[in-house]
Amino acid sequence: MADLKIPAVAESITEVTLSKFLVKDGDYVELDQPICEVETDKASQELPSPAAGKVKLVASEGDDLKVGALVATIDESAAAPAKEAKTEAPKAEEKKAEAPQKKAEAPKAEAKAPVAETKTSYATGSAPPAAQKILDEGGVANKDVKGTGVSGRITKADALEAIKNKASIGGAKKEAFSRGERVEKMSRLRKTVAERLVYSKNSTAMLTTFNEVDMTNINKIRAKYGDAFKKKYDVNLGMMSFFTKAVCLALEKYPAVNAYIDEGNIVYHDYCDISIAVSTPKGLVVPVIRNAESLSLAEIEKTVKSLAIKGRDGQLTMDDMTGGTFTISNGGVFGSLMSTPIINPPQSAILGMHKVQDRPMVIDGKIEIRPMMYLAVSYDHRIIDGKESVGFLVAIKDFLENPDKMLLGADPIDLLLEMI
Amino acid sequence: MSNYNVTVIGGGPGGYVAAIRLAQLGMKVAIIEKYDVLGGTCLNVGCIPSKALLDVSEHYHNAEKRFTDFGIGVKGLSVDFGRMIARKGEVVKANVDGIAFLMKKNKIDVYNGLGSFVTKNKIAITNKAGEKQEIETEKVIIATGSKPTALPFLPIDKKRIITSTEALSLTEIPKNLIIIGAGIIGLELGSVYHRLGSKVTVVEFLDKVAPSMDEDLSRELLRVLKKDGIEFMLSTKVKGATVKGKEVTVTADNKAGEAIEIKGDYCLVAVGRSPYTQGLGLENIGITLDERKRIPVNDHLETSVSGIYAIGDVVRGAMLAHKAEEEGVLAAEIIAGQKPHINYNLIPGVCYTWPEAASVGATEQDLKSQGKAYKTGKVSFKASGRARASGDTDGFVKILADKETDEILGVHMIGPRAADMIIEGVVAMEFRASAEDISRMSHPHPTYTEAFKEACLSATDNRSLTM
Repeated sequence: MADLKIPAVAESITEVTLSKFLVKDGDYVELDQPICEVETDKASQELPSPAAGKVKLVASEGDDLKVGALVATIDESAAAPAKEAKTEAPKAEEKKAEAPQKKAEAPKAEAKAPVAETKTSYATGSAPPAAQKILDEGGVANKDVKGTGVSGRITKADALEAIKNKASIGGAKKEAFSRGERVEKMSRLRKTVAERLVYSKNSTAMLTTFNEVDMTNINKIRAKYGDAFKKKYDVNLGMMSFFTKAVCLALEKYPAVNAYIDEGNIVYHDYCDISIAVSTPKGLVVPVIRNAESLSLAEIEKTVKSLAIKGRDGQLTMDDMTGGTFTISNGGVFGSLMSTPIINPPQSAILGMHKVQDRPMVIDGKIEIRPMMYLAVSYDHRIIDGKESVGFLVAIKDFLENPDKMLLGADPIDLLLEMI
Repeated sequence: MSNYNVTVIGGGPGGYVAAIRLAQLGMKVAIIEKYDVLGGTCLNVGCIPSKALLDVSEHYHNAEKRFTDFGIGVKGLSVDFGRMIARKGEVVKANVDGIAFLMKKNKIDVYNGLGSFVTKNKIAITNKAGEKQEIETEKVIIATGSKPTALPFLPIDKKRIITSTEALSLTEIPKNLIIIGAGIIGLELGSVYHRLGSKVTVVEFLDKVAPSMDEDLSRELLRVLKKDGIEFMLSTKVKGATVKGKEVTVTADNKAGEAIEIKGDYCLVAVGRSPYTQGLGLENIGITLDERKRIPVNDHLETSVSGIYAIGDVVRGAMLAHKAEEEGVLAAEIIAGQKPHINYNLIPGVCYTWPEAASVGATEQDLKSQGKAYKTGKVSFKASGRARASGDTDGFVKILADKETDEILGVHMIGPRAADMIIEGVVAMEFRASAEDISRMSHPHPTYTEAFKEACLSATDNRSLTM
């Protein structure tokens, strides 16, 4: 008898929530087959079976479990069902054996179905005519739908569900004058986010400084080299890489912004590990771009993209999210024009990006329309003075408005020049 | 002047289906038909009447040639050809009446007369008496279909040198029927008259019959029809024909290039069909035809003039009633702002000879030319218990599947009820089934469909249980 217990997923974690079982009580499971999904403070992960055998589920879905708590037991003495046996019988025998067994096998077919469903094949994500029409009309891409049909085919029901989900994001219709309410357990992630934000507010001397940046030159570069960049690196030349680069250069100029307080000491960093706030279906997560100061624009964009995809799919690991010396949060993607971001402890500052909007600006005594973005830096006044924080933000602005200046500090544009 | 959301020009299977779908979608619809009755070629002079004659001639053929072997004695067997043609007329009438009822039920206004564009929003309709009226419309679907193609050196007199239309309404059974063209139409009508006692000679320019079909299928079809007694002159180039009294003489160059003469009492020209746009007034709205006289359309079946759509035989693609029907629905739904799609690769083709031949998806020659790695599963009906019981053991089912993924890429069958069975291939391919998927589905025993399963088994892993 083997036990599946909650492992020590990370040092700081003492408790997890069992979000979902992936097998049924009494199923025969293989070694390393995922048994359940647990949610930790920062990510969800699957727990593999420690042995092959018949599984008995001990804990229940939704339980908060301490590290070491028993989730399930696996009876290794149970024999694997004949059907699951991987070894193939010799062809000649197979032929003889199959025919008479046909009838006897029939009832078992149902038990086999769930296994088949999880398999992927050439047909995964393909939608037969009715389902395809529904998806096309609803503007939902096949890749965004999980097909529950054989080998991941998208059934009509899957398509209808996908459209419904999309509609509910856009604001589901509510009954007029309804006074109904809904109670949902706070997810572990939400709880952690809540605790950390309050901790940050209460334990720092936080305030925010604002500025604005004229995006004309960055837009020009993106328009001019965007296609070539995409062709060469297979990733879009977005704004994130420029901001990350500008932040790194500004951090080098103002090391206190890249530092944090550790019990009476100030820890300065030679490197810039930039946390990027990413909104995922499960909530806000902040994966980290490591050594961003040494990365090229393309490497930054690729990292951002892979982290965003991992976030969307709930695949971010602990390692992806721990550390970080400074955070960039982009509320602009949701349309925010101005905000006061909250520091991500133990870091000392955070940059808030916002929506780019055409605004009349006075340039050389004349009014011109320019694509403008407000910038906000929230900082911990305990270690960063006003002069430094303002200087830091002005430096970011300066790098972004004059991207050629970034050349002097680092190499990213070299790559761009290479392509010209 | 009456005003419509959509006007459909042409009342064949594409047009009337489009009209019904448009009405279902809440639009005010007019349909214009040049002839007195709706239904187009398919119902009046195509699919339906030819099947009426194919079915009855098959019964006669069985009674004459096969009943003895089955242990059924028949005395005084005879053909009442007049009754056959009359019954065909009854079948056609029942069908076209059904369409007229459907128009009424769906509140679609039917105009009998020649529809012609005045502008893109105004259609003139001239009836048989020459009276003219105009209607206004926001959008138009052109569904004017096709006509039998005539060869420039072989004028059709509709008496001795005839098209499929006349061949369905003859007053006598030809003694010697010469058929020019071994396509589906020629083979089907050839079968009808061969069964009724005509000596049938099929003259074909190419070296094979049903040339668009998979080569295996084409070869088997030729073999079976030849065995049955139809004479084929392949690789033969027809040069002309003369009529003298009741005798038609077709002149041609045979395979060796020698001039030959073929004599008969009727000559059926079945060399294909041409899009029909005569009198439609396309020039008034600036639509120009392509090199094959078809109306060019985009993926949404919209012509170069926005709001004017075209479907069926008058546009690119196979000239098949069921293709036109799908396009009718597609155009109607596109007009309604929906986003339907047609997989043209999965429009099945059927030939109602006996045994029937049917196909869907890629042919073996297609896959070869695409350089695709494939595997083949082929099972003969000789191995089918059901086929043996009914005495229909000619033919086979052939499955072409992707060598790597086992996905079914093409299904080709010739055999009893193949025309009905091909749909299993269509469904399988729409759902992107693998050959093994099909071979793991229970097929009822004993049926002809078991051959489909066996062919899939054979394609999967060469594990047919009966071969």
